[in-house]
Amino acid sequence: MNKTKYVKDYSIEELMIIAAARELKDGENVLVGIGLPIMAAMLAKRTHAPNIKIIFESGIIDSNPTYVPLSIGDPDSVTGCKSIFDFFEVFALLLQPGHIDVGILGGAQVDKYGNLNSTVIGDYEKPKVRLPGSGGACAIASLAKRTIIIMPHEKRRFPEKVDFITSPGYLNGMNSREESGIVRGGPIAVITNLCVLRFDEKTKEMYLDTYHPGVSIKDIKANTGWDLKISPNVKETEPPTEKEIEVLREIRETRI
Amino acid sequence: MSKVMSMKEAIKRFIKNGMTIYISGFTHLIGYAAAHEIIRREVKDLTICRPTPELLVDEMVAAGCVKKTVFSWAGNPGVGSLRSIRRAVEKGIPHKIEVEEYDHFSFAARVYAGAMGIPFMPIRNLFGSDLSKYNKKIKFIECPYTRQKICVVPALNPDVAIIHVQRADEEGNAQVWGITGLTKHIAFASSKVIITCEEIVESEIIKRDPNRTLIPGFKVDAVVEEPFAAHPSYAQGYYYRDNDYYRMYDEISKDEKKLEEFLEEWIYSVENRQEYIKKLGVEKLLKLLVKPYYSYPVNFGRIGR
Repeated sequence: MNKTKYVKDYSIEELMIIAAARELKDGENVLVGIGLPIMAAMLAKRTHAPNIKIIFESGIIDSNPTYVPLSIGDPDSVTGCKSIFDFFEVFALLLQPGHIDVGILGGAQVDKYGNLNSTVIGDYEKPKVRLPGSGGACAIASLAKRTIIIMPHEKRRFPEKVDFITSPGYLNGMNSREESGIVRGGPIAVITNLCVLRFDEKTKEMYLDTYHPGVSIKDIKANTGWDLKISPNVKETEPPTEKEIEVLREIRETRI
Repeated sequence: MSKVMSMKEAIKRFIKNGMTIYISGFTHLIGYAAAHEIIRREVKDLTICRPTPELLVDEMVAAGCVKKTVFSWAGNPGVGSLRSIRRAVEKGIPHKIEVEEYDHFSFAARVYAGAMGIPFMPIRNLFGSDLSKYNKKIKFIECPYTRQKICVVPALNPDVAIIHVQRADEEGNAQVWGITGLTKHIAFASSKVIITCEEIVESEIIKRDPNRTLIPGFKVDAVVEEPFAAHPSYAQGYYYRDNDYYRMYDEISKDEKKLEEFLEEWIYSVENRQEYIKKLGVEKLLKLLVKPYYSYPVNFGRIGR
């Protein structure tokens, strides 16, 4: 058996994209946004998961973009895709009945139970910062079979409770997600520039699963707004392999 | 019957102060030319409905046309914020605007309900989200069949929809390919429909490919031929998205004064879209042109051998 060759020289952003790509399984329907999420999906498709279907909320189904698009409705992502749904159908026919396996989301804030805020910082009526809002995120967080969250790890972005729940995670933990009426899904991982976090099966509270090479647990705790629990099996995040880095760098060169 | 008229005439005839209007297009085929004509006419107190306000509603807010924006994602795609909307919401500059906010699913559901002539649409969404705390039009009811909790949102029925498409005939039979957004349903949800198109074609071209007609002519009140009407967004098969423009707008709109000058230069002192295209210049247009990539024709068949 070939021993996997790891790379030492990589950026944290590259590691984040690679960690997200590894969460995607071959053959899955993946609903992605622009930025890191689309690069993760493109990487997975060109490495371990050639049969994933890349889907954009603009209605593009099974897309093969030739470059990393700036918007979720880029004409290049349309050309050569397999089908186009209208804007309601994406949510009503794909997400609502459960045809989307994975959604990849970001936000301005995420809390202890994986609730995401992309609406306002401060009070909704008198916002300190008005953010773009939900877009497709609330429906993706509510109706995909699972979601992956990618976020920069800073204390103000990781409060114990978000200022506004745009997209529900596990709400107040335990069974509160199901009790609210949500029929499936929930976040399974939060990938940051410092670590990978996951959620306790019972309490649904976020915990530290792996720390990125060179990052201390102390740093991670210092950048989290609550007393973060640590997995008893906590270990280092698997570094990028030669293959992953090679393909990812090819993809990143096509950014427009 | 021909419904062809100029953009000036269409906007003058159909868009009045205080109306609720929908300008169509999701990343694709966004009605920029119509928005600019509305700004030039200094229409006031509009309620503008678009899932993504994009740069055009941002410009309309800066120009003082907007009373209220109904939306589900107010950002500059891939770039960042819509800065005029932010200034209006955060600081009341140039004036306060009302916001009525949804997520994409509930927004689209409102348009479908509006098109179908039913009062609301049930969806399995928005449970646990704070959106319903601040938007009282989002409600939760008990399903009369399963007794489960379900979210409902009301029908959206604008006074006028302005819909940009790739091609239409003089009667308004309108064809779209690529991303279709809510094209068909917003036409049926709205009282009046203005079609703007990249080109007016013979009815024979429409009849040879009826599956591509999203809006039948009988639902249309005006047809405007306006090439490049979607710039800086795009028209599949005609021209590309001007991504640099979205980045440039972000820089300019940071400063109210600069944005004012920008609106003066690119909207107020431009007579119409043709002049705007001339001003954009050949170099820019060439950069946005696309290489042909045709679909294969399908066989509809005719009776006989």
